[in-house]
Amino acid sequence: MRNDGRPIPTLEVSAAQQQIHLHTFFILQEVTATSRHYVDRLFDPDPQNVLQGVIDMKNAVIGNNKQKANLIVLGAVPRLLYLLQQSSSSLELRTECAVVLGSLAMGTENNIKSLVDCHIIPALLQGLLCSDLIFIEACLRCLRTVFISPVTPVQLLYTDPTVIPHLMSLLSRSRHTKEYITQIFAHCCKTPEHQTVLFNHSAIQNIAPLLISPSDKVRMQALKCFSVLAYENTQVSMTLVNVLVDGEQLSQVFVRMMQRDKPIEMQLTAAKCLTYMCRAGAIRTDDNCIILKTLPCLVRMCSKERLLEERVEGAETLAYLMEPDVELQRIASFTDHLVSMLADYFKYPSSVSAITDIKRLDHDLKHAHELRQAAFKLYASLGSNDEDIRKKITETENMMDRIVSGLSESSIKVRLAAVRCLHSLSRSVQQLRTSFHDHAVWKPLMKLLQNAPDEVLVMASSTLCNLLLEFSPSKEPILDSGVIELLCSLTQSDSPALRVNGIWALMNMAFQADQKVKVEIVRALGTEQLFRLLSDPDTNVLMKTLGLLRNLLSTRPHIDQIMSSHGKQIMQAVTLILEGEHSIEVKEQTLCILANIADGNTAKELIMTNDDMLQKIKYYMGHSNVKLQLAATFCISNLIWNEEDGSQERQDKLKDMGFVDILHKLTQASDPNLCDRAKTAMQQYLA
Amino acid sequence: MALPSCQQCALRRALCSTTVPTRHCRAAVIRGYLTAAVSLLTKMAELGAGSLLTGDPAFSYQEHELNERLKRLYPAVNEEETPLPRSWSPKDKYSYIGLSQNNLRVHYKGHGKNHKDAASVRATHPIPAACGIYYFEVKIVSKGRDGYMGIGLSAQGVNMNRLPGWDKHSYGYHGDDGHSFCSSGTGQPYGPTFTTGDVIGCCVNLINNTCFYTKNGHSLGNNLMKNDLRPNLYPTVGLQTPGEIVDANFGQQPFVFDIEDYMSEWRAKIHSMIARFPIGERLGDWQSVLQNMVSSYLVHHGYCATAMAFSRATETMIQEDQTSIKNRQRIQKLVLAGRVGEAIDATQQLYPGLLEHNPNLLFMLKCRQFVEMVNGTDSEVRCFSVHSPKSQDSYPGSPNLSPRHGATNAHLHSTGADSPTCSNGVTPTNKNKSHNKYTGVSSASSSPSSSPSSVNYSESNSTDSTKSQPHSATSNQETSDSEMEIEAEHYSNGVTESSARIMNGTYKHQEILQADDSSVGNGVADDSCSSRQLCGGNQAATERMIQFGRELQALSEQLCRQYGKNATHKKMLQDAFSLLAYSDPWNCPVGQQLDPMQREAICSALNSAILESQNLPKQPPLMLALGQATECVQLMARVRSGSCSFARVDNFLH
Repeated sequence: MRNDGRPIPTLEVSAAQQQIHLHTFFILQEVTATSRHYVDRLFDPDPQNVLQGVIDMKNAVIGNNKQKANLIVLGAVPRLLYLLQQSSSSLELRTECAVVLGSLAMGTENNIKSLVDCHIIPALLQGLLCSDLIFIEACLRCLRTVFISPVTPVQLLYTDPTVIPHLMSLLSRSRHTKEYITQIFAHCCKTPEHQTVLFNHSAIQNIAPLLISPSDKVRMQALKCFSVLAYENTQVSMTLVNVLVDGEQLSQVFVRMMQRDKPIEMQLTAAKCLTYMCRAGAIRTDDNCIILKTLPCLVRMCSKERLLEERVEGAETLAYLMEPDVELQRIASFTDHLVSMLADYFKYPSSVSAITDIKRLDHDLKHAHELRQAAFKLYASLGSNDEDIRKKITETENMMDRIVSGLSESSIKVRLAAVRCLHSLSRSVQQLRTSFHDHAVWKPLMKLLQNAPDEVLVMASSTLCNLLLEFSPSKEPILDSGVIELLCSLTQSDSPALRVNGIWALMNMAFQADQKVKVEIVRALGTEQLFRLLSDPDTNVLMKTLGLLRNLLSTRPHIDQIMSSHGKQIMQAVTLILEGEHSIEVKEQTLCILANIADGNTAKELIMTNDDMLQKIKYYMGHSNVKLQLAATFCISNLIWNEEDGSQERQDKLKDMGFVDILHKLTQASDPNLCDRAKTAMQQYLA
Repeated sequence: MALPSCQQCALRRALCSTTVPTRHCRAAVIRGYLTAAVSLLTKMAELGAGSLLTGDPAFSYQEHELNERLKRLYPAVNEEETPLPRSWSPKDKYSYIGLSQNNLRVHYKGHGKNHKDAASVRATHPIPAACGIYYFEVKIVSKGRDGYMGIGLSAQGVNMNRLPGWDKHSYGYHGDDGHSFCSSGTGQPYGPTFTTGDVIGCCVNLINNTCFYTKNGHSLGNNLMKNDLRPNLYPTVGLQTPGEIVDANFGQQPFVFDIEDYMSEWRAKIHSMIARFPIGERLGDWQSVLQNMVSSYLVHHGYCATAMAFSRATETMIQEDQTSIKNRQRIQKLVLAGRVGEAIDATQQLYPGLLEHNPNLLFMLKCRQFVEMVNGTDSEVRCFSVHSPKSQDSYPGSPNLSPRHGATNAHLHSTGADSPTCSNGVTPTNKNKSHNKYTGVSSASSSPSSSPSSVNYSESNSTDSTKSQPHSATSNQETSDSEMEIEAEHYSNGVTESSARIMNGTYKHQEILQADDSSVGNGVADDSCSSRQLCGGNQAATERMIQFGRELQALSEQLCRQYGKNATHKKMLQDAFSLLAYSDPWNCPVGQQLDPMQREAICSALNSAILESQNLPKQPPLMLALGQATECVQLMARVRSGSCSFARVDNFLH
């Protein structure tokens, strides 16, 4: 508010409105006048008057946001901070200053911003070095209020490395220090670095005893600390399992906090702690405290009786807990009708709330996106392994429709979760054949792929890979929608995950495909890009590219056709890979490609005329790895196959090169497959 | 214990401050009183419950555990009225069902060709509504040929040649398809299938009338039917193919599913429902009602000064005249001190005609007087024994020995204030404590008393005679008053219900009859043991007693002529006279009568009679309200309102 006494109307307003405007202005002006009086008293030369002034100010600002804003505008904060920091100030005055500042912080976010801008945090942290407990508590209370605000950068807690150890040492001073400090930690531990700092300063040992504090608030904040410390942190989690609180294992303390008559927040947070410990490998997934306690507790959090926020957190935590474990997924899938319970997450805002009251509608709207994405995440996790569960999910009311509309929602979070869910369900052959096709999920999926952030693209393209599987009825329409260009462009992405998915999808697409499709793939991808992918630093990309080549080089006419146009480059690439430092799998895949080439009519000659290549094959036939021996033998077997033109010459040449001896030796191999393969090859000579 | 401390607190406030306590403080005081008063009831209930468990010496461990668990899970169930299911019924089953292992194992012994060969068995008893939440489990020992097993509930009379759920008033979860059947031949998809090795549970929630099943400790979620459960359902299993075997667990073993956790949620729900019960604008009314209840309770029991202090603090009115309260208080104290003769005299003097109109009460009092004579406490025999030096040992509670002043005084009060047991029935630890204390005191002061103990005694307990009491004269009136109140409290804390059960004993009684306790309890004090003789060991007293006995006999005969035979009277008289048949009456089969606790019933009856004669309620409204609440909860169980299980009165008495 400006103080020059002149309202500045920015819009043309009606007379009535203007009156109101002026009216409020006058009230404000009065308030400002009294506020100024409070600030003036802070500058009184008599310290006793200053103290009384601060006390009066304290009483004036309680619960009065206007007054708080006024005092901040009038510059009370720097003066209060000055008084607070002055060692000449009496302890009483310093304490009262901290109390008033704490009260100011209780106001709006703007208040907090102003306080932080005035460097309140270092000043208060400095204040903690004082020996007086009352003063320390006042400072901590204010710091707590500042730090739990979303506008305060949490980093400010870690700038001075002496702060955390000092807070640890203050922790046990009183009930209030316990509550405030744990609350600060719980809010300011946002990154692995923060976790490490707190961990290194014995946060666990210091906070663990607070879990059995007689104060509900202290217990709750201590519990929250553990949940943020343990999140995706193996070191913390592993330490936690060995902590004893009053002779009891920490996990058992958490289990007790999940009892159904405990406050919901406590149950939920305790379940999070155990979930994080479990995911970090500190607790086995088949431990009773997970199977019989944590999982049912989280399922309960998803029930209709819980608040919307709790349902979101419950579903997300549960999804995270069971993601890697099929047994947990199975148990959750039949616990308390979870699958159908989640269907309710999509019913916000409900038609009832829209009619009954605006507040409720607003609340529902605010959480609707969060609810939907949480439900999708949980469905994704539930269905990631078990076919029966996927079936159950797709049979849930309107499930596929919900996914389809989720894919095109405005919220990225929902889109991502929806596509994750779709991806999880797309692992089901049956669903690919039925519901996926019935609901034409490929359409929104393709749309999503056109323009989406990388994380969505990764999921969407991965789903597309499954939709392009040979038996998927969606494959045809997707092909017709110009997917090849899109996938080829993905292979040029900077993200290895996207490159893998792009080439993987192409590989699936090329499997037993028409000549036309294969030609189109080669054309769209371009040999240059193909060879670039063959030298990709990511092994996965390389493997899938080789897989694509192998799929392209199947059935004789296709082999000959492709080899006639790209034979030289392909042979070069194969040579390069066989000569390079690659894993057994890569080399095996490459030898399989060579075997496919050897199956061609004209393509064979590309190998037969390449003595260097033949030497390589010979080398791999004598390799110590059976898989490579097998693939190389397969290649030779194709080259010497009877009933084909020129087989006699090839047999002769290879015999001269000493292949027969090798084959003979391989007929004695201990591996039955290799032995059989060698024998079959030898028969070609005998015939 | 809340009562004494709150009382002191109220007193302190009344004495020291002029301000009216805040609403919060007042509420706390009221709560304190309510709590203390009604916790006695709880104690009683527990005593009653405890006695049920004794008896059978061949108690198997499993049965013991079963009883313990059932008691813990369903505390509100009165098994005498509504027994809990403990096994399958050998009578209520289809012939294709075989039972073994104490009727807990069920096996199929029919042909199992088709659904017409289905067979079920019900438990011995239906699920009582007072369970609130009921749970049982069944372990599938073998799925047999096809695993067509159904677990669930059915009403009495439902055809047993069927699986549970197929017919009206039956419900079941079936293993072969995982469907739930609710009184219908077609099931609803419900949960997973189950087979050999699985443990299936069935939980009935009688609060919201729903039911859910569990598999291996996991809740499968509520059944689709709502508000549909019929009352009086029996746990039921049904089998259909050969080889199917299941074992029931009605609480014999720990359950796989954490049912207690589920119950705790509902308990919390119901408690918060009660706590949040809206009273709206009637807040003020409620407060004054509560204040009146507390005040009338105090008045009823004659806690005169406390009642006055309370009424001053809360600005409430006391109906009864203060002297009247004090009179009653005096009479009660006399009875509780065992001086029944004096009590009768005082009653006749203060309330002429009262006992004449209540011949039964008079007879009871006289019988008690006789018992007290045997005990050596009644004044008619005590007057003989004052000269006996031993009498000092017998009456360590007399005022010059009583730790009312000086160092032990503080201790006594603090014990009264802190110990949760002192006014709440006697616990062994407390007993020992007071023992040792008083044994010590009595032996230390065995010098002959200068003043007649009877006089001293009477004065110490009577506010009227404080002036003649040298000790009290020195202290100021208020202090004396407050001490009196506290002591009075210890004396006359006994409360009776309509059923005339004795509500508690207080350690003060032990103080008076310390000799008894020590000899019975731990035999530390040999001298006090020997001192305990018939009528205090005085010949003249014994003669007086015998004479009194004859008078009593005559009175009995007269009553018999006037009102006809009275079995109660006869028994009472017989019991009292029987005491004389033993050389050590304190340690004989009828010796219980000598226990000072026995004075409380008669004391309460006399107090009620006096109040009635003054046209005042013979029961304090607080006790009526409490009794009504307790009755209501029991009534809820009878009308099958399951929430009664979690709304028990004793849950609210701490």
